Amino acid sequence: MKTKHLKLSNSRISRRSVLQGATALGGAAALSTFGAGTLRAAPKKGGTLRLAMGHGNTSDSYDPATWDNAYVQVFATARHGYLTEITAEGSLVGEVATSWEASPDAKIWTLQLRDGLTFHSGKTVTADDVIASLNYHRGDDSKSAAKPIVEPIQDMRADGPSTVVVTLANGNSDFPFILSDYHLAIMPSADGKIDPASSDGCGGYVVQSYEPGVQATLARNPNYWKSDRAHFDNVQILAILDAAARLNALVTGEVDVIDRVDVNTAHLLQRSPGVKLMTTTGTQHYTFAMDTRVEPFNDNNVRQALKYAIDRQELVDKVLNGFGEIGNDHPIGRSNRFFAADLEQHAYDPDKAKHYLKQAGLSSLDVSLSAADAAFTGAVDAGVLYSERAKAAGININVVQEPNDGYWSNVWMKKPWSAVYWGGRPTEDWMFSTAYASGAPWNDSFWENERFNKLLLEARSELDEEKRREMYYDMQSLVSNEGGVVIPMFASYVMAHSDAIATPDKVGANWTLDGFRAVERWWFA
Amino acid sequence: MASSTPVWMILIYCTIAFGCAAACAFAFRTAVIASMPGQVSKLARSMPLSASFGALIILIYVFVALFAPWIAPFGEREVVGAQYLPWGGDYLLGTDDLGRDMFTRLIYGARNTVGIAFATTLLAFLGGAILGLLAAVVGGWIDELLSRIVDILMAIPALIFALLLLTIFGTSIVNMILVIALIDSTRVFRLARSVAMNIVVMDYIEAARLRGEGLGYLVVREILPNAAAPLIAEFGLRFCFVFLSISALSFLGLGIQPPTADWGSMVRNNATLITFGDVTPLLPAGAIALLTVAVNFVVDWMLHRASGLKE
Amino acid sequence: MPFWDGQSRGDVLQSIWIMIARRLGLGLVTLFVVSLLIFAAVEMLPGDIAEEILGQSATPETVAAFRRELGLDLPSYQRYLAWLGGILQGDFGTSLANGRPISDLIAGRLSNTLFLALYAAAISVPLAISLGILVSLYRNSLFDRAVNLITLSSISFPEFFVAYILIVLLSQSGYFPSLATLSPGATFAETLYRTFLPALTLTLVVTAHMMRMTRAAIINLLASPYIEMARLKGLSPGRIIVKHALPNAFAPIINVIALNLAYLITGVVVVEVVFVYPGLGQLMVDSVAKRDIPVVQAAALIFACAYVLLNLTADVLSTLSNPRLIHTR
Repeated sequence: MKTKHLKLSNSRISRRSVLQGATALGGAAALSTFGAGTLRAAPKKGGTLRLAMGHGNTSDSYDPATWDNAYVQVFATARHGYLTEITAEGSLVGEVATSWEASPDAKIWTLQLRDGLTFHSGKTVTADDVIASLNYHRGDDSKSAAKPIVEPIQDMRADGPSTVVVTLANGNSDFPFILSDYHLAIMPSADGKIDPASSDGCGGYVVQSYEPGVQATLARNPNYWKSDRAHFDNVQILAILDAAARLNALVTGEVDVIDRVDVNTAHLLQRSPGVKLMTTTGTQHYTFAMDTRVEPFNDNNVRQALKYAIDRQELVDKVLNGFGEIGNDHPIGRSNRFFAADLEQHAYDPDKAKHYLKQAGLSSLDVSLSAADAAFTGAVDAGVLYSERAKAAGININVVQEPNDGYWSNVWMKKPWSAVYWGGRPTEDWMFSTAYASGAPWNDSFWENERFNKLLLEARSELDEEKRREMYYDMQSLVSNEGGVVIPMFASYVMAHSDAIATPDKVGANWTLDGFRAVERWWFA
Repeated sequence: MASSTPVWMILIYCTIAFGCAAACAFAFRTAVIASMPGQVSKLARSMPLSASFGALIILIYVFVALFAPWIAPFGEREVVGAQYLPWGGDYLLGTDDLGRDMFTRLIYGARNTVGIAFATTLLAFLGGAILGLLAAVVGGWIDELLSRIVDILMAIPALIFALLLLTIFGTSIVNMILVIALIDSTRVFRLARSVAMNIVVMDYIEAARLRGEGLGYLVVREILPNAAAPLIAEFGLRFCFVFLSISALSFLGLGIQPPTADWGSMVRNNATLITFGDVTPLLPAGAIALLTVAVNFVVDWMLHRASGLKE
Repeated sequence: MPFWDGQSRGDVLQSIWIMIARRLGLGLVTLFVVSLLIFAAVEMLPGDIAEEILGQSATPETVAAFRRELGLDLPSYQRYLAWLGGILQGDFGTSLANGRPISDLIAGRLSNTLFLALYAAAISVPLAISLGILVSLYRNSLFDRAVNLITLSSISFPEFFVAYILIVLLSQSGYFPSLATLSPGATFAETLYRTFLPALTLTLVVTAHMMRMTRAAIINLLASPYIEMARLKGLSPGRIIVKHALPNAFAPIINVIALNLAYLITGVVVVEVVFVYPGLGQLMVDSVAKRDIPVVQAAALIFACAYVLLNLTADVLSTLSNPRLIHTR
């Protein structure tokens, strides 16, 4: 394979390590724990972690097809193993898979599974379990939210008990990343099918009790294969949906860690004794997606005018309370491998917006923006601020507050302009093909750009790193200047924990709570 | 935080506030007695201090609500500065989470909140009380039908019912008024009917019936005066419950649409701050509480008059 | 009003039994209509469980597969009839969202809800009635004003706000826990301690209403001729109120108590959320949000039952307390 050798840097991913999976057992994890030159004490075992989350619903379940909120995602990651894992640094390491190798066209992937790995029930993890676990999300009868993710898989077969060969419809050199998706938990199978109602997995913790929407209790898996993970003896994950109640629980010492800290009061929380605020900024971003098929959004001048009529810094300051970074109307975050740092930053400029309006043959513009806090916290406020600033450019934005309930089915991709939340994806290709490629089910601006689509396909199977970088730069520029999505900000995950909790130096930013893995990565100091 | 202020200081503050309130109320009553024509003046003379205080507060609220755009230093939804600016200076009560003037929002809140609450309560009482009295007096199948409908509506928890209806029909202010009025009117109906039921069996009603008095006469002249007291008391409380319903709905994410200022939602949006001893959410909550107390002080007085007690 | 024509106490009691039987029958009709209404309302909500659960990740194919699996592709009347058939055999069915039997799902939460309601009622009802009597005895005094001021202020604060204030005052200083999450095997005293703050919040929320209604109902009677008579006989004001006014003021008081008890059972979702107390309200709101119709239906039926029974009790009690009835010999 003629891959260029790249240095492994923090937050950038070595191409080589993706195409040929790292075989070192939890190598990257060790790196994150004993970071170079830091004087951090070695993780201690023991204690009961009480984690309070701002999600969780009485209708949650063990079924991987339906995991839709951070509570079930953290809970799933605590009890399940995945084929691959994204480390805190953003690189990819094997978990259930020890290594992987692609055919030269990146179409056929051969995964080696870890030897002697067992489920909580004692059953050995085999190639059949892996195939059944992935198959659960595929096929006509799949109701899984992950179906579009595994759609490219054409065929899977077991080559012996610990080798799986996956054939893709088209070459994709980022395929192993996809296998780290939180839906794709490896579960025990019988007759080629997994039992979606089972809690059995091969992760670091064994479920003791679970009451959906209330709490789950777990105990350390005594046979866990990772020796430097899963430090807590027991874990209790509570669903505390009310932001104030969650804060109080942490301040009064009833829980050790909370997520989704209310950004309005984060500065006050910081002053509370015995409590530490933690923020990570990764790929999570908030957008305003326009339907580029309809008037007036079908005119790129109008789209550009709207992009220059928003004060991004004000949104970061007021809606995120500073817990985030400004966006540049494309979905690639600063921590991504091919982030285009030198792309011209769109800034608030009413005159430029007016200029673009004039280009569109308009002197003023009246548009409605649909928003609800279901889209993202503060979406309505963001719309109000946007509308206040856009007035100076002769743009009248009518912010319509939609009901939270049913937002994703009735407003998003139905109304011509709506606020949207994206957790983001670890790779450029994954992000672009999810929400910007022609015909993608979640292309929420219905954007069709020939050049972009061509570049996307080429970049996916391009093996030259530099060429690929150029292509992704071009794509970011295209999305930024011609796309139908205003992306004002990248939001941080804001969490807090008591002083008793210790974390690795580098905490994952790909998802909340250390990439959903705080339960096995953190410990009591 | 509250704990940092000694208890005796709080007591002194309370006493001063109480004294000021009493003085204002007294001055207000004196002014009304002196300046108003005979009838009103006579009424004011019979007002206890608490009621005149209530009346004064209600008048102030109404004034603020009517003339909000002239009183408020800024526009209702205008972003005037940085967020969470402290009290004083250009911004009397500081700014809120988006940098809007808090004082302005409170003033516009009076207009929106009081208007909505008043409209809702009035609707609920018009519907509920009239039907309730009618059901009690007419009886028979009308009573049966109305009671069953109300029973069914009341058997569905109010918040869930509001949640369902507002999700189906959308959360506009008009819908919110209609939905809360519908839910409240069932409660009013029940009360009106049960009070009137007790009156209907009284001798004087039977006497009136025997005299051949019409339905209208019975309801307006015989039953309403005797049922007025509990209904008035209920009005005072229902009026306040509307605020609570709105803020409970905003807790579930169905409140009044921003950027419209309303006290219930303002409490909700700033509520977390109280955890850290920040008193900001107490402002809109206090505004609601003050109005509640004022309305009920006046209601108490009317109750007292309606009961015919002399002392 | 046929039972008011009865001449003897036995007749009255018999009439009451007939009324109870009749009202229970009507209650069943109410339950049926409620289930129909709720079913129709949830059907009318935009979106269904497949779209709600898949949320932002939904695609037309996965939504269709989801519906097929849950039988949501059947017409709604068929699904309602299937559900009704199950209920008539005592089978609540299973949750659409996670396949758990609804009877399991609800049992624990129902007892939690009832426990909290009783706890709050045990504090608030005696408190409200005695305060109501006291303030009508000392009406228009400073005491009356002060009690009114405090109770009115407490109800004019939204529930969650009252809860936050109580947490700041009583929980941050370490007196009571801010989370009411119950661990299995907790002793009764421990449970009372852990759920004290939610019970106190609810007490503050409901007391004022009942207290004021008691006061209003008593004062309303104080000008009646028979009270005047008692006064002329030289009875003490306290005695007049307790012995003569209160019994006749029972009807509205009982009604308002029943309403508030029903509220304590059915309307406490906000308090449940703030104190993380697993009750029925949160379950129902979650299930409405996810369009989990069978769970919504089951919870709605339980709430409706509670309401019908409380209502019936209130009516029986107020019928018994009506002087016309008691004194008809």
